Amino acid sequence: MSRLREVSDKALTDGRKLLIPYLVAGDPSLGVTEKLMHQLVQDGADIIELGIPFSDPSSDGPVIQLGAERAIAAGTSLIDVCDLMRRFRSKNPATPVVLMGYLNPIELMGYEEFTKNVSECGVDGVLVVDMPPTESFDLRQRLQDVDIDTIFLVAPTTSVERAKLITQVCSGYLYYVSLKGVTGAALSDANSIRTRVSQLRALTKLPIVIGFGIKDVDSVLRMSEISDGVIIGSALVSAIAKLSPHGDETSKEIETATQLIRDARDALNV
Amino acid sequence: MFDQNSNPGSPEHDLEGPDKLGHFGPYGGVFVGETLISAVEELAAVYEEASKDSAFWEEYDHDLQHYVGRPSPLYFAARLTNLAQGAQIFLKREDLNHTGAHKVNNTIGQALLAKRMGKTRIIAETGAGQHGVATATVAARLGLDCFVYMGAEDIQRQAPNVYRMKLLGATVVSVESGSRTLKDAMNEALRDWATNVDNTYYIIGTVAGPHPYPLLVRDFQCIIGRETRKQALDQLKSLPDALVACVGGGSNAIGMFHPFLKDSEVAMYGVEAGGDGLETGRHAAPLSAEGVSPGVLHGNRTYLMADQNGQILETHSVSAGLDYPGVGPEHSWLKDMKRVKYVAATDKEAMQAFHDTTQLEGIIPALESSHAVAYALKLASKMRSDQNIVVNMSGRGDKDIETVARLEGISL
Ligand SMILES: Cc1ncc(COP(=O)(O)O)c(C=O)c1O
Repeated sequence: MSRLREVSDKALTDGRKLLIPYLVAGDPSLGVTEKLMHQLVQDGADIIELGIPFSDPSSDGPVIQLGAERAIAAGTSLIDVCDLMRRFRSKNPATPVVLMGYLNPIELMGYEEFTKNVSECGVDGVLVVDMPPTESFDLRQRLQDVDIDTIFLVAPTTSVERAKLITQVCSGYLYYVSLKGVTGAALSDANSIRTRVSQLRALTKLPIVIGFGIKDVDSVLRMSEISDGVIIGSALVSAIAKLSPHGDETSKEIETATQLIRDARDALNV
Repeated sequence: MFDQNSNPGSPEHDLEGPDKLGHFGPYGGVFVGETLISAVEELAAVYEEASKDSAFWEEYDHDLQHYVGRPSPLYFAARLTNLAQGAQIFLKREDLNHTGAHKVNNTIGQALLAKRMGKTRIIAETGAGQHGVATATVAARLGLDCFVYMGAEDIQRQAPNVYRMKLLGATVVSVESGSRTLKDAMNEALRDWATNVDNTYYIIGTVAGPHPYPLLVRDFQCIIGRETRKQALDQLKSLPDALVACVGGGSNAIGMFHPFLKDSEVAMYGVEAGGDGLETGRHAAPLSAEGVSPGVLHGNRTYLMADQNGQILETHSVSAGLDYPGVGPEHSWLKDMKRVKYVAATDKEAMQAFHDTTQLEGIIPALESSHAVAYALKLASKMRSDQNIVVNMSGRGDKDIETVARLEGISL
């Protein structure tokens, strides 16, 4: 069984809500990202979503765009992201990591090469924001062959029939986008999200986690109540934006950047 | 809905593309975030129905005739012909359209779709501002709210068009992210669309974007080639030997080329922005430069200028309307099929053609169109005087006179 399924199955059985922070690899530098990843695990993250920086992130709001710009300015490539993963894995064999990004860097690397690289460096899942299921066949097959999950999004605009098909190709967890818009925007009302999530519940046994717009303990609690877990992206990336890129940040500063994740874990454990 | 086990990249296609999922061979398709999928699927369904509805096309034709001023003339450019000393050069006068470019053919069509779908808000991206103006124009006419995304850099170099859009009642949103040009404007328009998807129609200005845009924009621009075909048969008693059009995203070119694709005796040349020269890397020529690979951006797979890590490169061209790292997916397909030859004209060559056309023909061409003229002059000189070339004069250059003056050190 894959690490991702193991962790999410166990969480489901134990009634533990999945806490999934998102950060951009290489923002502000690869070294800092690695420290942040270990810190996030200590803080109680169950899974980490590691963003592959892309120059034209058209599904992301300004906070994550700027994170990607900082990472690209620091020279971060997809190969570097894999190297970072390898270093992380050598110290942490347990925490699943999902790479999240856009298709172009993967296309240029080539699907075969990409699959080989991510499998060797210990990635557990891949989520490509601009690769809908219709266009995913080739990459999905290759990843499946090396036991890596392909995660897809369901949006408020997704019809029930389409959601059913998405659940059939999605593995790992199902990512429900809480709002119409880009990452970091304001949450829509909890009732409509609750309705959608319970519809999805009837379609799949996969854990359903909610992301986009979760930015504080309050929204963590509200969204985790109606799902199996939450993804925190923009709020973490804006805290990371305050770190120095020069590798001279103290462990105190690293801890400060991930405060929200600790607070979220504490609140979820109550 | 998708067939989860099909691999859409592989089936064979003829020149009839796209297939149901928007593929031209391995290019095209739908590569957008999940939030936008229902919107593009709805648009594809509405367009499929509209395109079979004769009343829809009657209204479109009526608007083109009475509002845009079509058909546009096919004009014999005697003095450009004389300059080249070879084939006879004709200009298809899209510059005479209302709003000054071919862009309006598309916005008229898409506005009819927006109306049919009951949308109340229009958004668009623009580079040179021509598509923004053409969109603001149709929005004014329909009384719809209009927001045009434009890179901060382009706002600087196309000031007259920015003011024109404002006069027409549109809100011009300055885009400060990335390279602050057309590609970034398109990212921002996609973000707006995802946020306001319920009431908003996104009028894309070229044959790019996710399916069905490359198809429907092409269909709305094909009026150029259909008229040209008829005019050539009337005026020349034969089809032209060659067609030349500039390629930014590729809408004026595909509009000119498509109705001739099956006429194997008609040669076709798409002219990209060579910028400082293809060898310098400072250009916007994904089809004609060496070593450019296909990639995915803005909803489709196509030849795309990116670095070895897959980050989209900043492009360079004197003309804002050609300053785009990708190109419509059908052009990528036509390149691979070798049906169209893609070439480039440099900034310098385009500037020379701008002056030649202005001084010899009394026509001030858009800097975009000047690229087509530049290549056509070269091509004509290598052809016989009993042969004919049609150049698509995609737009007029009034919007560019400040840029030209600035480049020549003149302040207006
Ligand atoms: C006059 C003119 N020609 C050509 C273009 C390039 O677009 P396309 O390649 O889609 O025709 C533009 C774009 O702004 C334009 O304004």
